[in-house]
Amino acid sequence: MIRLPLVLFFSAGLFGIGVYGVLARRNAVLVLMSIELMLNAVNLNLVAFSQYLQDVALSGQIFALFVITVAAAEVGIGLAIVILIFRNRETVNVDEIDLLRW
Amino acid sequence: MTWQEWFFTVLALIGLGAGARLVTAKNVVHAALYLVVTLAMVGAVYLLLGAEFVAWVQVLIYVGAIVVLLLFGLMLTRAPIGREALDNQQRVLAGIVAVGIIVGLVFLIDGAFRGERIDTAAATTTAETGSSIFTTFVMPFEVVSFLLLAALIGAVVLARKEDPE
Amino acid sequence: MIENAWIIPLIPLASFFLITFFGKREPARGAGIGILSTGTAFLLGLITFFEQVGGEGEAVVRSWRWFEIGGLHLEIGTNIDGLAAVMLVVVTTVSLLVHIYSLGYMRGDRRFTWFYAVLSLFTGAMLNLVVASNLFQLLVGWELVGVCSYLLIGHWWEEKENSSAAMKAFITTRIGDIPFTFGIIALTIFAGFTASIPEISHMVEEGQISSGLLTVAALLLFGGAIGKSAQFPLHVWLPDAMAGPTPVSALIHAATMVVAGVYLVGRMLTVFVHATPGALTFVAVIAAITMVIAALLAAVQDDIKRVLAYSTVSQLAYMMAALGLGEAGLTPGIFHMFTHAFFKALLFLAAGSIIHAVHSNNMSEMGGLRRHLPWTYRTFLIGAIALAGIPPLAGFWSKDEIITAAYTTQNYGLWIAALFTAALTAFYMTRAVLLTFHGEYRGTAHPHESPPVMVAPLAILAGLSVVVGFVNAPGIGWFGDWVHFGEEAHHAAFSFFNAGISLLVAGISILIGYRLYSTYRARDPLRAFGPLYTFVERKYFLDDIYMKGIIRPIQYPIARVVNWTNTYILDGTVNAFGWIARKLGTATEIVDRRVVDGAVNKVAVTAGWTGGLLRYIQSGNVQRYAIILFAGVAILAVVFTRV
Repeated sequence: MIRLPLVLFFSAGLFGIGVYGVLARRNAVLVLMSIELMLNAVNLNLVAFSQYLQDVALSGQIFALFVITVAAAEVGIGLAIVILIFRNRETVNVDEIDLLRW
Repeated sequence: MTWQEWFFTVLALIGLGAGARLVTAKNVVHAALYLVVTLAMVGAVYLLLGAEFVAWVQVLIYVGAIVVLLLFGLMLTRAPIGREALDNQQRVLAGIVAVGIIVGLVFLIDGAFRGERIDTAAATTTAETGSSIFTTFVMPFEVVSFLLLAALIGAVVLARKEDPE
Repeated sequence: MIENAWIIPLIPLASFFLITFFGKREPARGAGIGILSTGTAFLLGLITFFEQVGGEGEAVVRSWRWFEIGGLHLEIGTNIDGLAAVMLVVVTTVSLLVHIYSLGYMRGDRRFTWFYAVLSLFTGAMLNLVVASNLFQLLVGWELVGVCSYLLIGHWWEEKENSSAAMKAFITTRIGDIPFTFGIIALTIFAGFTASIPEISHMVEEGQISSGLLTVAALLLFGGAIGKSAQFPLHVWLPDAMAGPTPVSALIHAATMVVAGVYLVGRMLTVFVHATPGALTFVAVIAAITMVIAALLAAVQDDIKRVLAYSTVSQLAYMMAALGLGEAGLTPGIFHMFTHAFFKALLFLAAGSIIHAVHSNNMSEMGGLRRHLPWTYRTFLIGAIALAGIPPLAGFWSKDEIITAAYTTQNYGLWIAALFTAALTAFYMTRAVLLTFHGEYRGTAHPHESPPVMVAPLAILAGLSVVVGFVNAPGIGWFGDWVHFGEEAHHAAFSFFNAGISLLVAGISILIGYRLYSTYRARDPLRAFGPLYTFVERKYFLDDIYMKGIIRPIQYPIARVVNWTNTYILDGTVNAFGWIARKLGTATEIVDRRVVDGAVNKVAVTAGWTGGLLRYIQSGNVQRYAIILFAGVAILAVVFTRV
């Protein structure tokens, strides 16, 4: 027996930390890491609710699996882009990449 | 407070701590390693909740592949190893936003789910997970595999070096 | 033919257009067309005349619808009775002879073709006038002959005095036309909105219109007659009209146009007769005054045409006087018009022959011409005798009949005036003949007889002057059968008493004239009358009165006031509107430019300025965007879950 709110608090905390990381870090790879953190918080939520609701089809867990898969794909593409940017700009600091500014 | 809750609380605290260090580390490689810790803790929590397959997939994929991928990325982009300002100007504002989100969520959760309990007695087996994937969710499964294929090809195409000719 | 008499005026009118457009190409340069058309009209007129007099004497009326305005129905058509038939003959005969005569007189003239064109137009208009069955139709002809008179008097308009004379003629007759037009309108209204002459005459005879109204109409109509027939006080234009070519004087100012007034009174005599006696009295008084003053004027002229002109005025007054006697006077008056046409035309054409020969109008430069122009002399003499009223020539019978009529209707004032005028007529004609043809030639030219084309008409007219008198001689004349007032034909009355007195009077005058003028004296013997002579010579100062009293004030002060009003008030108003429009235009332009365009431009500027400010949002910094995104989502989440 685990109280549900506790699990959810944990997931909320992870999510908030992830948000901070996305917004505050300069290195693009670190931003990607923070995004992974947010995705994990979401997965945790999904699994917790799946277990709480005793879902027969295990929807939450399956969904979490898919999220993990997509996260993997996303990181792959994301890094490819970061490498390309690095090749063109010699930097991966996201606040130095502002070509679309006014 | 059952022993599961105690266990859980420990895991959670470690996880949160590691996460906090992740976003404040001055060394990018340290940050990557803190990520490993956090992901591992989350996998442990899965086990605790009774989702076996997900837990192992978490460890396998996240910790095993993704983190390695991130480390490669750090290496290829000559991530600065050393003390340098890794945070940008809007730190404070970001902190406020993050805290706001956490507080908001906490209130929300507390208001909605106070006193609810998860029954951890019935753990779900891999067999159940597998059968669910290949019966109820077979379609998304196929689509996701297609997505992975596309991502694979895309990453290769994006990142290859230009031909000099 | 009498049914189709409407063709007769149209032939000369058509000839006018033909000559105007094609005259120059015709071998005779327009004269051929003119003579042909007038000749045709003459023949047709003659046929019509014989049909009319050979018939039952009833008037033949044919009319067509012309105008319909409101309640007024105007018709155009022909009304052929004895009077109209006689006039047809007179007009066409004299016109034809003048056409032939002009071949010689106007040869080489600067505007030969146009002359014949206007002659044709005149003939057509005059014929229209005499056959008219409708008062307005008559008015059309009336005005048109006035226009032709103006054109022909001013034929040699390069000389200022000719154009001035033309204007004087036209304007003076116009002054008479004003009451005339009012008279026509009044009569039309009184007769219940019909302008048809037979209808009106019928209504008047039936007594359907009050005599008071008829008096008004009669006097107004007579106004036109005063102008057109040169009666006092509008007689002043006729002497000046002699500035035109002599054939014109013969045709228009002796035989045809000037008798239009007489014709009018004769045509509308029922109106005068059924009006209050004042109308006819007025006519008679004016006529009496005119005949005397004109005869006096004729006696003091040096210009031979002026003698004849004043003589015409005087004779017209004779005719008018006859009509002024009422019913009894229609036949004598029209008869005198008939005879007068021939011998006056003759006299004028003969005068033209003289002038053509000596290149001067003034008798002081003539004399002894009977040797140089024998035929002209003989024909002129015949005309003079006829005019003076010596039997058996035409003038005697017609003049005598008028004198007799005056006596028998007991208008003794008129009778005295007529006798006095007859005396004067004989006197001045004697004077004219003696000064022109007798004695020695006083001029500087080389006089020679005129070509046959000019002499032939003279001879024809002379012959007519001898015989036409017998048309109404007492006992043998039929004129009274043709032209008469009322149902009964009027047969010429013969009074030995009146005939004797008039002959006596004429004879004495001729003797006096012979005594005074048989030998030429440079100073005219009549000057012995001193101031009286001057008074007459100056035309009783009438011309001066008209000029100073009427024309000058209108020309100068009044015209100036009118001009000022026009320039400053009327033009000023129009210009003010223009100025306002311009100012409005400028104001609108400013408003459009500053306000409307300004607003539009301001909007654009504002849009740009706002955009300029807003673009700073796009910093290019992804994390900046992200933070806003997250903050926004968080706030929205709170809002949706709380609210």
